[in-house]
Amino acid sequence: MTENIAITWRRIPERYRLAGSQCTSCKTKFFPPRKLCPDCRRKGKIESCGFSGKGKIYSFSEVHSAPAGLELEIPYVLAIVQLEEGPKLTAQVADCHGCDVQVGAPVEAVFRKIRSDDPEGLLHYGYKFRLVK
Amino acid sequence: MNSTGIVGFGAYVPPYRIKTEEIARVWGEEPQRIVKGLGVQEKSVPGLDEDAASLAVEAARNALSVARLDGSRVQAVYVGSESHPYAVKPTATMVAEAIGATPEVMAADLEFACKAGTAGLQIGMGLVASNMAEYVLAIGSDTSQGRPGDALEYTAAAGAAAFLVGRQKEQIVAKLEQTCSFTTDTPDFWRRQHAEFPSHGGRFTGEPAYFRHVMGATQALFEKTGMKASDFDYFVFHQPNGKFPLEAAKKMEIDVEKVKPGLLTPIIGNTYSAASPLGLCAVLDIAKPGQNICLTSFGSGAGSDAFWLQTTDLLPKARVRATHNLAWYVGRKQYLDYAMYAKYRRKLKSL
Ligand SMILES: [Zn+2]
Repeated sequence: MTENIAITWRRIPERYRLAGSQCTSCKTKFFPPRKLCPDCRRKGKIESCGFSGKGKIYSFSEVHSAPAGLELEIPYVLAIVQLEEGPKLTAQVADCHGCDVQVGAPVEAVFRKIRSDDPEGLLHYGYKFRLVK
Repeated sequence: MNSTGIVGFGAYVPPYRIKTEEIARVWGEEPQRIVKGLGVQEKSVPGLDEDAASLAVEAARNALSVARLDGSRVQAVYVGSESHPYAVKPTATMVAEAIGATPEVMAADLEFACKAGTAGLQIGMGLVASNMAEYVLAIGSDTSQGRPGDALEYTAAAGAAAFLVGRQKEQIVAKLEQTCSFTTDTPDFWRRQHAEFPSHGGRFTGEPAYFRHVMGATQALFEKTGMKASDFDYFVFHQPNGKFPLEAAKKMEIDVEKVKPGLLTPIIGNTYSAASPLGLCAVLDIAKPGQNICLTSFGSGAGSDAFWLQTTDLLPKARVRATHNLAWYVGRKQYLDYAMYAKYRRKLKSL
């Protein structure tokens, strides 16, 4: 499973630092970034924005059968995280092997290696979320 | 030299640990003899999703919070490591992108065994003092490996420390008063291209390598500044084990109590490029305003960089702004047994 390099490259700002976008008229923030506000359409202007990286667990699932490249990491927790600013996104819970994840638990974004293409391929980095105790 | 100083500093240590006695158990060594001999009780181990780049990013983000600085203001990023994730492709570009410093930013990776981080600090001082940059980020980050069964396996650990160098008086938490280096070509430790584990000169790593360079640079700093050992409140030396820094202090007639606050190797192992920089973070987390700190790194091959820092009134208020400080990272820990450690460090050939 090798991602097209152009796609990897385009997504670097959102993956590395949660770069998103917001609508200047209704102030809604989007992640991943949108180019058009679904509510304001042409009346809204879109500008780039960042996120604090703070949020909470909205839902989660423990993965025991991993996709190729993540076999060594099982069991791990995949969660839907709701960011403080509103948007929800799917990410792995970092440093969590059999740890106690609860819906509503506060989390913070961390920068981690997500996977490696193959021993001579590209390394992919991005966000995961760590439980804040 | 125009005045420069540290405006932000940040640490990172991975959450996993392995005890020295657990490694000794596997290799049939007497655990207490190793613990006593090295002065190291346990060391940090990175997770499967961590490497020198990810460690560097988290330390950098802490440094930016302490400085209350947006990443876009950083004009140069230097990452020193002996475990850069790629042989060819910079770590500094990943860090610069992750903190939002791109694209108008100078960036490069540095290598000088365990002193690549302090080499970045010197470059930062130069760029800021000469007005070539307003803010420079200098990072030491490593996820070091020792050959299974080798003496280095007991100490080779992981961590990162980041420093933001600036010149604004209203932001400086520790003035960088002076620096000097002591460098020779000394073959004490090396790793060839494509080799997985480093080789070293055994006992040779002590006297002609570590002690000669650490003491040479520290004494050169004393001469250059007119400072004496008694003028400093803290000394932070490179710490390949828990004993060398204390022995170096004794040889230079420095009170070992001034060394202990910045000595982390006994509880997190040797974090290589981050070792003395993390020691400096530990001291900056407790120092009072107006105190003098001597930092001397050591990198095999070999060289030492010595620095004289003086803390300012701004330090106590600034340090609490870190998202997480060094003590937080050191305090959270999950122990691994050797089997899990072998998996995490991919020491098994088939992984
Ligand atoms: Zn809108």
